[in-house]
Amino acid sequence: MNSAALIIIAVFTLAAALAAATLRKLMHAALSLVVVFVGIAALFFLLGAEFVGLALVFIYVGAVAVLVVFTILLTPRDVGKDRGFNWGGAIVAVAVFGGLTWSILNTQSLAVVAPHMPALTVKQIGKTLMTIYVWPLQCVGLLLTAALIGALILVMEEKR
Amino acid sequence: MTPTLQIFLIVSAALFSTGLLAALSRRHAIFILIGIEMMLAAANLNFIAFWRFGPPHQPPTGVMIALFSIAIAAAEAAVGLAMVIAVYRHYHTTNVDQLDQLRG
Repeated sequence: MNSAALIIIAVFTLAAALAAATLRKLMHAALSLVVVFVGIAALFFLLGAEFVGLALVFIYVGAVAVLVVFTILLTPRDVGKDRGFNWGGAIVAVAVFGGLTWSILNTQSLAVVAPHMPALTVKQIGKTLMTIYVWPLQCVGLLLTAALIGALILVMEEKR
Repeated sequence: MTPTLQIFLIVSAALFSTGLLAALSRRHAIFILIGIEMMLAAANLNFIAFWRFGPPHQPPTGVMIALFSIAIAAAEAAVGLAMVIAVYRHYHTTNVDQLDQLRG
């Protein structure tokens, strides 16, 4: 695992995340979100989970970001009017980050390097998905169907 | 120097805090959804990092949970954005401070 690559990707991702959280224009924030997800996918590649990284790029960059952009375009009245910034939220976020970092750095069992691991193949993932995790897989399928129907019903024209 | 698990966890904690910042401090509903998506992605990064630094020759549980979590996050995004559109149609705003109909 390459340390320089990790630092470059992490700085890139966190800068894009800060931009997505603080930029005033909604469309710019949505495009920064795409950069954040590309960065997270790069971290997944670095960790050796290529399949999940590709799935993240397909689902988030391909579907969720497009959905966010469509929603921004369908709610045009408020675009560019987000003036209010609540500084209490910033204090809470910094406190959470400080607490998490303090506890991570003080846990000695987390200071380990990665063991040597054989590459995870898609065949292995598929076999695990179809044997151990077949019941959660069916539940996720049901959940996605319910979410699809629910989203359709929510945005249907109301009849009065 | 090879990176340890702590570096990945700190990157994930920073990403989570940024998502929390977006979810708590912005007034626009779409910003809140963007923050929630970032927090879920940070949790996924934790799952993958713990899988990679865990014992080898086990079933890839962390990868599986990350995959399921991505699917659930996609469903959440679809329903949440549909709710934003429905709220906009009713109240002609997406500012969450103005959605106070249920306040006593």
